Amino acid sequence: MLLIPCPWCGPRDEAEFHYGGQAHIAYPDNPAALSDEEWARYLFFRDNPKGPFAERWSHTAGCRRWFNVVRDTATNEIHAVYRVGEPRPVTA
Amino acid sequence: MADSAAERRSPAAAYAARFEAASAGGGLRLAEIPFLTQVDLRVDPKSPAAERIGTAIGVPLPVEPGTVASGGDLEVLWLGPDEWLVLGPDGAAPDLVARIAEAAGGEHVSVVDVSAQRTTLAVAGERARDVLAHGCALDLHPRVFGPGRCAQTMLARANVILVAGEDDVRVLVRSSFAGYLAEWLLDASVEYVAGG
Repeated sequence: MLLIPCPWCGPRDEAEFHYGGQAHIAYPDNPAALSDEEWARYLFFRDNPKGPFAERWSHTAGCRRWFNVVRDTATNEIHAVYRVGEPRPVTA
Repeated sequence: MADSAAERRSPAAAYAARFEAASAGGGLRLAEIPFLTQVDLRVDPKSPAAERIGTAIGVPLPVEPGTVASGGDLEVLWLGPDEWLVLGPDGAAPDLVARIAEAAGGEHVSVVDVSAQRTTLAVAGERARDVLAHGCALDLHPRVFGPGRCAQTMLARANVILVAGEDDVRVLVRSSFAGYLAEWLLDASVEYVAGG
């Protein structure tokens, strides 16, 4: 089980969290202007890297806040945890 | 109409006798504390309203995660960066909600009486933290989870709020989970009460 350091509550079991997919996906400025293909790309296409990946988590069984985690998808090592609105920290 | 106060029954009322029997040894004491007032408060901690509310209820809102501030017969639990739970004695809710709402003025504040949402199970005695450790991943040692600390977490897979005391921990559990958690507590405490 992952031990995820919530930026508010500290390290907690993975079971207390919900996963929210890739982070930093901006909502299109003008969705009505997008073609179907562009809209589908926004909705369904996500990165799938082997290595560090910025993703959203919510501490549902605790403070119920959303935050971002940089997790290595190959090793599950957590490189960084930061609050919503903060820029992605530079990690090795 | 009948008096509704005479008819109300707390979620874990049916467990009173078994709690008492399990508490006979002295090393562990289980009991339900029914009908405590609980008021959920959401406000921007940096706003003037947060300060006015703190003054109005006589307890400044704690801003450090997982801490409890108390004063008079009220306790204020940190639930999130902009959310608190105010605990008080039975019957205090209407007055408390009115006081907070008045202090909030016209600002963006949410005050909700959630007293019926949860009941309180008191787990006390020198074995209290050992019993809870059977189903809780947090470090409950008084060195890190002593008086003045609270935590929202899972106990035996049920969502709870733990409020630490000197040799006791209060478990705030949702009403519909109270029976399940009471059964779990009684089961987890068997090894600590059998010899007593």
